Amino acid sequence: MLMENRLRVLRAERNWSQQDLAQRLDVSRQSVNAIETGKYDPSLPLAFRIAELFELAIEEIFLSPSRHSSKAI
Amino acid sequence: MTARALRSAAWKRYNWRVIWFSLLYGAFLLPAVYGFKHHLISGPAAWVVAILPAIPIIAIFASMGRYLVEEQDEYVRMLMVRQMLWAMGFTISCATIWGFLDNFGLVGHVDGYWIVMVWYFGLAIGSIVNRLTLGDGGC
Repeated sequence: MLMENRLRVLRAERNWSQQDLAQRLDVSRQSVNAIETGKYDPSLPLAFRIAELFELAIEEIFLSPSRHSSKAI
Repeated sequence: MTARALRSAAWKRYNWRVIWFSLLYGAFLLPAVYGFKHHLISGPAAWVVAILPAIPIIAIFASMGRYLVEEQDEYVRMLMVRQMLWAMGFTISCATIWGFLDNFGLVGHVDGYWIVMVWYFGLAIGSIVNRLTLGDGGC
């Protein structure tokens, strides 16, 4: 089960394109797109880089699958 | 391969390695074919000359492994790994099926080195699967 995340919203708030974010994270634009669309979960080191870039905690960006599903119920 | 990967230093190094090993393959293969065709090689030297063209091919496979180690983009690396898994599954499936068909006399023998071509075809299948499931083709 892949995680949902708020990456697209956080990026939009800063008026960054996917390419802008990719350059800041030193990854490909495809990586950013895959994470945003929930096709790929980043590794823990990349998740930390994302969190540090947005100055947020990881769980403020990536939604816990277990907590998120229990809320849905 | 994705646009970022095409630009990545690891991908460029991989491409250069493949080019050099391909040239080396040609440099080993052509004299070997000529030598065996004209019966110029025999004895232990024949073994060495016959195996030499295989070494650059093996080196190309090793280069793929090196690329996986050197690629810094984890998503692009995952695409490549998925492609390789598809290539491996396709190749061993083809080899198994062909082995039984061959065993029961329904098809002829095939030179073993064709397995490399099958593997590369499997990589192409992996790329299609990546594109269909993730929207990115990979290598």
